[in-house]
Amino acid sequence: MVNMIDSYPSLARLKRQIEALAPSAWRDPRGRVSFGLDHMDARLDGGLARGAVHEVLPQAEGDWPSASAFALIIARRAAEASGKILWISSDAQRRRYGAPYGPGLADLGLNPDQILLVHAPDDLACLKAASDSLACTGLAALILDMGATQRLDLTASRRLALAAERSGVTALLLRPPASILASAAASRWQVAAAPSVPLPGHAPGRLTLSVALLRHRGGATPFDMVVEWNNEYKRVCEPAVLRDLPTSSQRRHMVA
Amino acid sequence: MRIMAVDEIAEALAIGPGMALADARARLPDLQTTPYDAAGDARWLEEVADSCDRFTPSVALDPPDGLILDITGCAHLWGGEAGLMSALAAHLVQLGLTLRLALAETPDKARALARHGGEMLRVGRKISPRTLNEAGLGYQPQPEQAAAPSTRATPLDVLDLSVDALGLAEDKITALRRAGLRTLGDLAMRPRAPLAARFGQEAVARLARILGEEDARITPRRVPPDISVTQRFAEPVGHSDILRVTLHGLAGEAAQQLAQRGQGARAFLLMLFRSDGHVQRLAIATGQATRDPDLVLRLFQERIETLADPLDPGFGYDLIRLDISETEALGADQLGLTGKDSPARAAGLLTDRLSVRLGAERVRRFAAADSHIPECAGFTVPVARPVLPLADPSGTLEAGEPPLRPVHLMDPPQIVQVIAEVPDGPPRRFRWRRQVHDITAYEGPERLSAEWWKRRDGAGLTRDYYRVEDSEGRRFWLFRHGLYGREKDKPDWYLHGLFG
Repeated sequence: MVNMIDSYPSLARLKRQIEALAPSAWRDPRGRVSFGLDHMDARLDGGLARGAVHEVLPQAEGDWPSASAFALIIARRAAEASGKILWISSDAQRRRYGAPYGPGLADLGLNPDQILLVHAPDDLACLKAASDSLACTGLAALILDMGATQRLDLTASRRLALAAERSGVTALLLRPPASILASAAASRWQVAAAPSVPLPGHAPGRLTLSVALLRHRGGATPFDMVVEWNNEYKRVCEPAVLRDLPTSSQRRHMVA
Repeated sequence: MRIMAVDEIAEALAIGPGMALADARARLPDLQTTPYDAAGDARWLEEVADSCDRFTPSVALDPPDGLILDITGCAHLWGGEAGLMSALAAHLVQLGLTLRLALAETPDKARALARHGGEMLRVGRKISPRTLNEAGLGYQPQPEQAAAPSTRATPLDVLDLSVDALGLAEDKITALRRAGLRTLGDLAMRPRAPLAARFGQEAVARLARILGEEDARITPRRVPPDISVTQRFAEPVGHSDILRVTLHGLAGEAAQQLAQRGQGARAFLLMLFRSDGHVQRLAIATGQATRDPDLVLRLFQERIETLADPLDPGFGYDLIRLDISETEALGADQLGLTGKDSPARAAGLLTDRLSVRLGAERVRRFAAADSHIPECAGFTVPVARPVLPLADPSGTLEAGEPPLRPVHLMDPPQIVQVIAEVPDGPPRRFRWRRQVHDITAYEGPERLSAEWWKRRDGAGLTRDYYRVEDSEGRRFWLFRHGLYGREKDKPDWYLHGLFG
């Protein structure tokens, strides 16, 4: 029946026009996911590619929660207020770092209703679920958390990248620290925790991260900076007081 | 040791249930015995009942060795009652059973006829005297046990049955016999009130049910489905292509029925009846009501792929049935203007597929929970289960406030070693997973009491939560379990969550 309708060329053209008018920003596969911080977006030529695979690595084992928060930030920017975010995690990772927590996600500025959780028993199930999900146009973003694994090799990540490109889903892979496996990801980020700007009464402040762009397929020069997540306006900004913080590359040098 | 059950040969040699094993051995020294397995028999009865699902959806057990089938509205599918009876007899005899079949208007009447109707109703192997002689067993069988089997509707009348058929206690039966009442016919003629006075109300009630004056329906083992479509095969089939085509056809047939009712299905049950009596059941559920045969086929294929033991068609399936047990109102589909699925629908299809493959418990979403206990507030439910939509969470934080709850919650909370300046003060330093974290900033305590109103003794320890940040900027959620000095002398510390 659809074909019959499409056989009228004028109608098909009209439908394409209407499609173009529809305000579905997060479904546009050519769009960009901006961070909301001007000079960061400028370095990335407007933001991260939508419908692509991006890798997020913690700098050290203990920075994993920061890496996952950064992935959530990108997912939130990609999905905006209503797009669905699918979080696939393996049993081993959930035992290690706990399960995503609804009230915490809400505090971060996400709507728990927009998040779907998939608890996969092992790496293979994770990958299968991810490749199925990336074929689904109903999702805005996908976070894949499977820990250290040999399964996510170049072929697998290439497959994920192709699927993401077709459907326009932004995929975020949480990988173990210092993973040097080749991958087809569009960008690779290294994330570490950074001390927050304390609130009155010396209370811990907003989510603050030290992020470093390690690789970018679009040719952006690697950089690192300390950013803060504004959970009210749902955008990345610079910490209110720029203190003399060592960035992650400096910290690496200090270790080396 | 006593004999519980015997086969035809032993029966022909007048060895029967209740006889002592020693007596039986005296008659037949090489009698073969196996220990009685009541649980195994019950399982077998369940299996036979499963395989009888092909005749009617309402099958009830009559333990230890009976089945009652309600064939109301099913007989025409088998060419009438007689046709159904012979098909049933053929099926059960093929399973190696010897049976007594009876057909009557009410379950109790049929049961009485089958259990007490004598040898006339018996179907199955019969041992002739010659077989026994050939087997070298010289005993002559009792002549009356060589009656001809009959699969037709019973020629017996329920009135001719002995009063044993009432199933009353031994003393009641003896009393009836003493009074000269030997058959149900004797009882049926008499006024009921004196019978009730003398032999109890139960005797009269049972009599009324067996005579068919009162109808008590059976309770089927499974709830009959809303919609059930069946495909029978003259020759058993086993090839997966045929299964797929058949399933697609059945789903299409069911879809038509659903569309007529303006309904969609949320749960499907596929039953594959193997010709040797084994029944394979496969269930799927969908998050949104559907009628789409392609989707149903795809979900069942996912389901079949995830089976721990792959489908074993054996010698083939001779009957395939698709039951729809859960329906929901579903209007006619309207395609989007662009002919594409809406995002919500596409996401629904994805979660259905993942639920079928990984199990419904593994695809979850957050649900509203009315609790201040952190682990209860972050409640998740399977996506397939309908829940109330969550309240919009925006606005729970005041302007400028950082996140107060962690992104990841540990389940269970992890015990940590904490150094605090004073026992009821904030933590200064803690050790978790062999790493020491120096706390540079903290906020707290946020005091959460246990849900004392839920417990009779009002017990439960208060938790003091602290949001802390260590020298590297990592943020944690710690709590002290129990108020120092009041609830506990040395309260333990736990790490409950990780902020980003």
